[in-house]
Amino acid sequence: MDNQMINKSLAELSVGLQSGKFSSVELTQFYLDRIASHDSELNAFITVTAEQALATAKTADEKIASGSASGLTGIPLAHKDIFCTDGVKTSAGSKMLDNFIAPYNATVVEKLKSISMPMLGKTNMDEFAMGSSNENSYYGAVKNPWDLDRVPGGSSGGSAAAVAAKLAPIATGTDTGGSIRQPASLTGITGIKPTYGRVSRYGMIAYASSLDQGGVFASSAADSALLLEAMSGFDAKDSTSVDIPVPDYSTTLNDSLQGLKIGLPKEYFEEGLNSEVAKVIEAAVEEYKKLGAEIIEVSLPNTHLAIPAYYVIAPAEASSNLSRFDGVRYGYRCEDPVDLTDMYMRSRGDAFGREVKRRIMTGTYALSAGYYDAYYLKAQKIRRLISEDFQKVFEKVDVIMGPVAPETAFKIGEKSDDPISMYLSDIYTIALNLAGLPGMSVPAGFANNMPVGLQIIGNAFTEGKMLNVAHQYQQATDWHKQTPSKYAVSEGEK
Amino acid sequence: MEWETVIGLEIHAQLSTKSKLFSGSSIEYGQEPNTQANVVDLAMPGVLPVLNAEAVRMAAMFGLAIGAPIGRGNVFARKNYFYPDLPQGYQISQFDKPIVELGHIDITLEDGETKRVGVTRAHLEQDAGKSLHEDFAGMTGIDLNRSGTPLLEIVSEPDMRSAKEAVAYMKKIHELVQYLGINDGNLQEGSFRCDANVSVRPKGQEEFGTRAELKNINSFKFVERAINIEVERQIDLIEDGGSVVQETRLYDPDKNETRSMRSKEEANDYRYFPDPDLLPIEITDEFLEEVRKTLPELPGVKFKRFVEEYDLSEYDAGVLTANIATADYFESVAKSADAKLAANWITGELSSHLNKEDLSINDSPVNAAMLTGLIKRIEDKTISGKIAKQVFEAMWNAEGGTDESAADKVIDAKGLKQITDSGAIESIIDEIIANNPAQVEQFQSGKDKVFGFFVGQVMKASQGKANPAQVNQMLKDKLST
Amino acid sequence: MSLTPEEVKKIAFLARLAIKEESIEQYSEDLSGILHLVDQMDAANVEDIEPMAHPQDAMQRLRKDEVTEINQREKLMENAPATENGLFLVPKVLD
Repeated sequence: MDNQMINKSLAELSVGLQSGKFSSVELTQFYLDRIASHDSELNAFITVTAEQALATAKTADEKIASGSASGLTGIPLAHKDIFCTDGVKTSAGSKMLDNFIAPYNATVVEKLKSISMPMLGKTNMDEFAMGSSNENSYYGAVKNPWDLDRVPGGSSGGSAAAVAAKLAPIATGTDTGGSIRQPASLTGITGIKPTYGRVSRYGMIAYASSLDQGGVFASSAADSALLLEAMSGFDAKDSTSVDIPVPDYSTTLNDSLQGLKIGLPKEYFEEGLNSEVAKVIEAAVEEYKKLGAEIIEVSLPNTHLAIPAYYVIAPAEASSNLSRFDGVRYGYRCEDPVDLTDMYMRSRGDAFGREVKRRIMTGTYALSAGYYDAYYLKAQKIRRLISEDFQKVFEKVDVIMGPVAPETAFKIGEKSDDPISMYLSDIYTIALNLAGLPGMSVPAGFANNMPVGLQIIGNAFTEGKMLNVAHQYQQATDWHKQTPSKYAVSEGEK
Repeated sequence: MEWETVIGLEIHAQLSTKSKLFSGSSIEYGQEPNTQANVVDLAMPGVLPVLNAEAVRMAAMFGLAIGAPIGRGNVFARKNYFYPDLPQGYQISQFDKPIVELGHIDITLEDGETKRVGVTRAHLEQDAGKSLHEDFAGMTGIDLNRSGTPLLEIVSEPDMRSAKEAVAYMKKIHELVQYLGINDGNLQEGSFRCDANVSVRPKGQEEFGTRAELKNINSFKFVERAINIEVERQIDLIEDGGSVVQETRLYDPDKNETRSMRSKEEANDYRYFPDPDLLPIEITDEFLEEVRKTLPELPGVKFKRFVEEYDLSEYDAGVLTANIATADYFESVAKSADAKLAANWITGELSSHLNKEDLSINDSPVNAAMLTGLIKRIEDKTISGKIAKQVFEAMWNAEGGTDESAADKVIDAKGLKQITDSGAIESIIDEIIANNPAQVEQFQSGKDKVFGFFVGQVMKASQGKANPAQVNQMLKDKLST
Repeated sequence: MSLTPEEVKKIAFLARLAIKEESIEQYSEDLSGILHLVDQMDAANVEDIEPMAHPQDAMQRLRKDEVTEINQREKLMENAPATENGLFLVPKVLD
């Protein structure tokens, strides 16, 4: 198997598979080997499912041979360990579910399984998707492939690191407050969180139900377009899934950006943004001007309220969503409980990590008698203000751009004792989850030798436009083609 | 001091859907534990609820039947608490925006007066599973088959002033939900359950006293007893200088007492908030119009119609409309047989047989078709009313089959056909007259009473089959000449 | 808004989370910090603003009343810490 494989796009891999240049079994084995040689230092995977992956690959090869394959058939992927996988451990990064074998497939998993995309494994994550650094995992921190002393971002840090280090051609993730875009930015890959309701949440272990949304980590916008299309769509099992057709995202990738109106929210460039990161974003905006776009300064005046509102809504929903982990039907149960209350208290107290407990308690408090109006109801009102801010801006522009994160990847341990400073690093990503809008991170350069992502925010269900905007930039630049040297294979190398 | 009792009821009625409120699991009663609990009912990580349309329709039906507005954008909320029979750690219920808003229902009191009771609200929610307390080595077993079964919780205003009124209200709701076909009315299996909020106050005082909540009282009889014993307890307590604490109490029918359920008293803070997995339920005019069309005739309306259309007494109409099964039975008979005879037979012979064997009308060995066949033979004078009882008895004992021809088959087999051939009757009469000259003389000398003797003799000779009216007429004619 | 250790204990009980005595102080500090952050909402004027529970202004979709599930008890109970006779077992529940 040719090591150049890791530099191929999904479309190229697909051609290779369909033309019989290599088989899915070979391709899958190639990635399993890369995982075996590199993951001990990255810790991107919680579970590697070699056997299942090869079995699916075999099926894929049969489908390809019989002509019943689709474009993605046979291309291996990794799933964030938040998606339930029938017969495979699904931990959500928690001790609580360390022994949990999911009895069913999430809709996303089922969809991709049905087109025979081999699942390489389940990727590491912040426990129950709560975190921005991937340090809150029962399975240990994930390392940033660009600098093993630094975090890959979170909560989908394992998927991001796996794709950045080419341990998987593509991976799924989830984004509740930035958990796809921020790690994509920090590891220098392309990530997209679609509109709320675009991807089924069925089988995705819930953190904050009204904010959670599944999405993609990939090496390019073109690759993202393919997987996003395959995993999107209406699902009768998810009442919040939206019943509108999924466009063919690939057909609009090459549309011209001439006359595209890009809004730059002034609040995203104020104090707090690292000046080196700012320079990268400004350069990217210049590139878009060259591509024919018009730049318009806009305002999202309630941006500063997004984090406070998020830290009411998300913990409130989480406090309720995580009540089912009670040690009765599955999951961790403490040793020798003396009575029912003791069983609840110790099972949950022992098996949830500190950040999860903090958020459950914050949410419990915010919903408790006498505080509901001051916290939850108020946060829901602010949520509307934030949503209206975006709608006003989208009357004038096609997409909004800005940084994903105020800084590049920080050192492991640097912020782990200071939850608030960690929360504040999500300042540019959280607002659009509150509004339910789609967002992307696109590699735009480096600051202090670490990758910087450009954020593209679209109006609801404009993923096609966003992917087009990202793809055109990737045609003009090669930031998305950078791979950490340790994991890279240079042209001509075998 | 004179005391006044104040009672409000919370009724939990399981809706007669096929599947659960938020999953496609069956709600059938009495199955092996945990065989009707799927990933959603077990609250597996990642699962999501999808609402059952039929439960919404049934709730709306109830709302229309009690004259209540149906909440246009009613929403589900989570009621958060930990209990092993509650897998999600919250119950999906409705809080500030229920599907059924303020309505009312009229109850009839013992003195015949009608009283209007307010129904504050009715909302959809999930039922919990069951805890089985038999000893599993000191542990409790959890069966989640019932988990997620749709419930309509019907909350009354505190409008009842006695245990009897509370029972009358409960019976009325019980009757109504069965009429609507949204509940099977089975108290034993727990598909119709009741909690009672009970307080007392000095007569004339406007402010309510502190209430106790009596949990899960599963029969009409126990509701009455539980309320009475609780009222007694509260009055004694206050008169002894104590005061009632707001708490949940359990009625123990064996000891006929209520006792505090301390375990439920731990500072409950349910932290209600709108369920983010579910969206507001849309109630359109078109939907309500559709539901209205499917609304069956309600008991009050049916009662009036029975009096007018079938010319029944109010008493008979009352008995026949007391439950939907009896009303349907009656109408099935009355559509092709005499209505008054049908009413008499159902309220008389049939009821007494059912009562004797403790059967419901749905399980009656004599079904509506069989009774129709019988009444037709009375109408066309094939048999007399007296012989009909014999036929009924035979049909009750499974003779003659189970369709409308059953009565005919019994009549034929037993030779019970009435004799209406005047020639045949005449020859019997002639014989009797010839054999009893002394009695003929007595009659002709003015002793009218002897006429009865002749009727009796003729009927005896015909084994009861001679048509009594014909016998009368012909005897009169013969004896007078 | 800040939370005293006593309040933290109360909330931890409501959420059924055993917290070690020596960690209470830290949680009280952390949670107070979070609430302090959240209190920035006070600056917003939200009078007459309709609360937004959901990103979509959509209405609930309804499912047809059909039994679609088959008995999978064996598989679904495989993860349970304690079972007997098809029941989940928990420490004795006292009413």
